[in-house]
Amino acid sequence: MSASTSAPATGTGVKTPVPGRRVRRLSGRDKLVLGIMVAVPTLIQLVLIWIPTLLSIGLSFTRWNGLDLSDIKPAGTANYEYVAQDYPPFWPAIQHNVLWLVFLAVIATPLGLLLAVLLDQQIRGSKIYQSVFFTPVMLSLALIGIIWQLFYNRDSGLLNFLLGTAGKPTAVDWFGDASVNIWAALFAATWRHAGYVMILYLAGLKGVDPALKEAAALDGANATQTFFRVVFPAMRPINIVIIVITLIESLRAFDIVYVINRGTNGLELISALVIQNLVGEGQVIGVGSALAVILLVISLVPITWYLSRAFKKGAEE
Amino acid sequence: MTAHESAFASAKADFNRRTLLKSLGIGVVGIAGIPLLAACTGGSEPAASGSSSKSLTFGSSASDAVPKNAYQAVTDAFTKKEGVTVSTNVVPHNDFQNKINSYLQGSPDDAFTWFAGYRMRYYADKGLVAPIDDVWEKIGANYSDAMKKASTGDDGKMYFVPNYNYPWGFFYRKSLWAEKGYAVPKTFDELTALATKMKADGIIPIEFADKDGWPAMGTFDYINMRLNGYQFHLDLCAHKESWDQKKVTDVFETWKALLPFQNPNALGMTWQDSAQSLGAKKSGMYLLGSFVTQQFTDPAVLDDVDFFPFPEIAMEGTDAVEAPIDGLMLSKKGGTNQAAKDFLAYMGTAEGQAVYAAVDASNIPAAKGSDLSKFTPLNKKCADTIANAKSISQFFDRDALPAMANNVMIPALQSFIKDGSVDVKNLESQAKALYAAQ
Repeated sequence: MSASTSAPATGTGVKTPVPGRRVRRLSGRDKLVLGIMVAVPTLIQLVLIWIPTLLSIGLSFTRWNGLDLSDIKPAGTANYEYVAQDYPPFWPAIQHNVLWLVFLAVIATPLGLLLAVLLDQQIRGSKIYQSVFFTPVMLSLALIGIIWQLFYNRDSGLLNFLLGTAGKPTAVDWFGDASVNIWAALFAATWRHAGYVMILYLAGLKGVDPALKEAAALDGANATQTFFRVVFPAMRPINIVIIVITLIESLRAFDIVYVINRGTNGLELISALVIQNLVGEGQVIGVGSALAVILLVISLVPITWYLSRAFKKGAEE
Repeated sequence: MTAHESAFASAKADFNRRTLLKSLGIGVVGIAGIPLLAACTGGSEPAASGSSSKSLTFGSSASDAVPKNAYQAVTDAFTKKEGVTVSTNVVPHNDFQNKINSYLQGSPDDAFTWFAGYRMRYYADKGLVAPIDDVWEKIGANYSDAMKKASTGDDGKMYFVPNYNYPWGFFYRKSLWAEKGYAVPKTFDELTALATKMKADGIIPIEFADKDGWPAMGTFDYINMRLNGYQFHLDLCAHKESWDQKKVTDVFETWKALLPFQNPNALGMTWQDSAQSLGAKKSGMYLLGSFVTQQFTDPAVLDDVDFFPFPEIAMEGTDAVEAPIDGLMLSKKGGTNQAAKDFLAYMGTAEGQAVYAAVDASNIPAAKGSDLSKFTPLNKKCADTIANAKSISQFFDRDALPAMANNVMIPALQSFIKDGSVDVKNLESQAKALYAAQ
């Protein structure tokens, strides 16, 4: 908040080097307006982000049954010890989140890029393909559940039907078999993520100056070289956005596993565990908060990395 | 000079504003924290007051059409009989269940729908619901001892009026069994012998589904009660008994003998899938609640379905029946409203039960002397089984701490189904942590 209040002041200060005069330009009304402009977003941030975050952190060190405030008992790090040592789904959940990240980064995101590049060529019906690939991003949770149920169902699903194993004992149980259901879920996640990445890259590709490509062509670069040496580096801002989105998507991955089996039996994810422990009947506020804090800390690593990079770059320019 | 001064003053003002905002922020954290903390669990709007003795409010979680109409019929009949107006607030049942904490602490209705079991006793213990011993003086004779036991709090007072329940047992198709010459097993050995025979005949002996996690608890409960008795089931669920002991290991060891006969694809199936498989005679029998019959829309199939209780193993024969009971309770506020007490008493009479059952026929009325003439033979058998039960369990997720059932037992049972192993030490350490938080 201090940065935004002082920014206009220094701006005027450059034009009028007389010390003090710049301040007088801020009339009482200006201050009021600035104050409101700073206070309202700050308050919203505070109420919606900081207070719940701090409360979560606080509650993660307590035991509470959710009934009476006087029932809150300090628990030290007991909740964290419980999560790390006694809670069997926790470590599989961490592994699955990492797997999710690697899979999105290695398969889904490049696939989205590939789709974007293909659709950026002036092919016929490009708009239709775009809509088709982007549709999964817009579908609701319930609909996604139904679609993949139709696809993966053991006895009547499309996949086993195509494999010719439907109804036979050899049929793969795509949702029930703990060793394959994570891959089934990742495939479904790719189906959504690739469309999302595709749209972002398409926008980025449209923004690349055609003169760059022409210059590369004149210099004798072929299509591959043009793309990797010229176009891709020119899309740097988009690339950073995509990296952040991929990170965030893999950390907050939740909906697909939740519609399959609420994140149990081979589909554990930290976000699903947080929901299970904080919302609903199985509410254990201390443990749920501890899981939420762990997820927060994990998310802070890439966010801090990204922000520090972005600010450093801003300072260089 | 003046410019300097004003600059200084402004900087100071700026500084002040910042510190003010900062301290305001901290203040907000401090002040807003407390109500927000309470709001975390979702406060509820004050309900219409029912303090006058000629009206009451009734919070109902019966949001599905049939039970909703059934409760509507009961409140209408009660209003007609006693001249008391009942205003009903219907809440979708998942929401109702999830928000019960804040509901009972906020401004609850006088009477509300709930179920017997751990959470009933838990809220009674916390003083959030009203004892209704005076109501039970009037209706006590209408209920079996098992029902009375299920309605009693830890302090020995009565807190709950049962409305209906439904038994769990092995369901099967009579025609398939007649054709293959299968006989109803009385003991566990007979059950495994029968299952072996069925497997040799090329059908899945015991249908099973556990994608949703909870259905497997029925098998656990029954083996536990047959091996260790009803009281042990209650004590284990309330964590008065340790999980890390031979009695619990024995339950899983015994279950292991059944695992090869249960549907190997259980983890990918819902109970609805399994019901279809039973209906199609692909499997021999299915341990589930009597709600399984909802899936048999063909009357010919429905008529062909019968059930038998879980066979005896070591203790108490087949005395204990798993039959979750739904019914009514009074909030703390409702305890001071005589009309609300009258309403609960009315629900506990054969008359009130008949009004409900006339609309919702899928469940078994809990009170004795209910008119069973309109029942199907299967429903009559269900009713008899419950009436003859010496003790009625409420299913693991109602008898135990919900967090224990949802967060611990579901993954533990699913991994047991997968590879036949279970870590009772870990179950005990999880139970210790979760029950300590209550």
